[in-house]
Amino acid sequence: MNKNYFEIIRAGINSTFQDLGRNNLYHIGVPFSGAMDNRNYLLANKLIGNDYDDPVIEFAYQGPHLKYHGDKINIAITGDVSFKIKKGDNLIDGECYQSFILENDDELDILSTNKSVYGYLAISGTFDLKFQWSSCSTNTKAKIGSNNGEKLSDNQKINVKEINNNFVNRKLNYVNTKIENIRVIKGTNFNYFSEEGKKIFFKNEFKVSKLSDRMGMRLEGKKIENIVDTNIRSEGLIKGVIQVPADGNPIIMLSDHGTIGGYPKIGVVVSADYDKLVQLTPGSKVKFQEVDLNSAETLFKLYDLETQNLISQI
Amino acid sequence: MIKNISNLGDAALYCDFGKEVNKDINTQVIKYFKTIQKKNITGVNNITPSYNKLIISFDLKKINFNKLKKAIDNIEIIKGDSIQNKRFEIPVCCEKEFSLDIKRLEEKLKMKEEKIYESFFEKEFFCYMTGFIAGMPFLGDLDENLRAKRLDTPRVKVPKGSIGLTEQFANIYTFESPGGWNIIGNTPLNIFDSTKEKEPNLINPGDLVIFKRITKEKYQNYHE
Repeated sequence: MNKNYFEIIRAGINSTFQDLGRNNLYHIGVPFSGAMDNRNYLLANKLIGNDYDDPVIEFAYQGPHLKYHGDKINIAITGDVSFKIKKGDNLIDGECYQSFILENDDELDILSTNKSVYGYLAISGTFDLKFQWSSCSTNTKAKIGSNNGEKLSDNQKINVKEINNNFVNRKLNYVNTKIENIRVIKGTNFNYFSEEGKKIFFKNEFKVSKLSDRMGMRLEGKKIENIVDTNIRSEGLIKGVIQVPADGNPIIMLSDHGTIGGYPKIGVVVSADYDKLVQLTPGSKVKFQEVDLNSAETLFKLYDLETQNLISQI
Repeated sequence: MIKNISNLGDAALYCDFGKEVNKDINTQVIKYFKTIQKKNITGVNNITPSYNKLIISFDLKKINFNKLKKAIDNIEIIKGDSIQNKRFEIPVCCEKEFSLDIKRLEEKLKMKEEKIYESFFEKEFFCYMTGFIAGMPFLGDLDENLRAKRLDTPRVKVPKGSIGLTEQFANIYTFESPGGWNIIGNTPLNIFDSTKEKEPNLINPGDLVIFKRITKEKYQNYHE
């Protein structure tokens, strides 16, 4: 019998265990997976003194409502999230980027992510999880990873193997900003599109569609016309690739993406913008802005420095 | 040989082996893949071989495009490293509920259903690559008269076990997934098993595959 565990009163919409993801498996068709918003994932772990690659619970839109049983434990939530902590009759408004202590019978109710998609819950302990290819990351489509490759479900238990006696109260001042201009490098099939199509891609607004998930983000806008071929020979993909199928609407590959694809690649989102890209909710309007490889590398250095800087403030 | 290396975004190399697609070129791609994999280059996350391309993605914190390109430019492939072939028979049921795009294909290819199946079954196909979703084999080559484009808008859900056709290739959806291939049938066989971490894929690049048509009754009673 496990002494320390979370009882799931409500699982939320898409709550899964995630870490840094798995490497070197694209050639058999297994995607990278891992936390969608890497910065918020790292910050969640750092806020409770965990290792940077420890498993966390990622949730989308509505998070889980949990009841905790066991010895006291420290938790932190990152993202732009509304949540409440219930201690007996006392209802506390939770704050992101701050650690909280949960005691036996306390409840944590993660109500919603605000104008964003993903949030993260880290605990000062070790979730009892199955690792596949050295990662706990759940890929619900391929049924790979912890929780038998499934998202969390109501009335399930989450066992905690060990609790670190790390009860330092940590806090960080950080506000997530929303992205409107997504910076991209031209793709390998950029010239498959008409002059008008290229203009539309860089000048017009696109709307994030409801058909977006951890695999991909579908966008809707003015049709991007292809004048060469609407198919290419299937070839490798990476996250951030923007494919345009025959209907002329772009699809951006996200962390659980297919490893191979056969639609022309009009562009690739720069690494620096990925964390903010994934937080765009359906209905959001976005524009693409062209940058070259050198600028993309510089932007990434800045992004990484900013992340390191935030971590050092904790 | 690699004809050209360019960047795919800021964190991947796009190695192009030329326009043609055939077993010889694909074998070259696989040899490069195996050689690079053995080198364990710091920062390389994934190497994805396909018909005539090799995509190497990397961690931008550890290496960048120019540095990795130099390393790949200087690679010599290991000679005599041949690829071993296995041979598989895959049972497929083509009942209406499984052959989602057969009508579309009849129109596109201007062929009757039975002719399409006749051209497809009992032929030996070569596995060029695996991927898109875990374990999905890309098999070729289809007869010229069977070659059709993908759907204009990919399906949000293609059922597990679906057999799809596009251009000169056939594939098997190893689990439910989005996808744009023309679906002509379904196999009850499990093609991917994630619990076998060392060898999760039934079919691997270089293997040979023959599709055998089965009845609905056989499909329903199928036990591996």
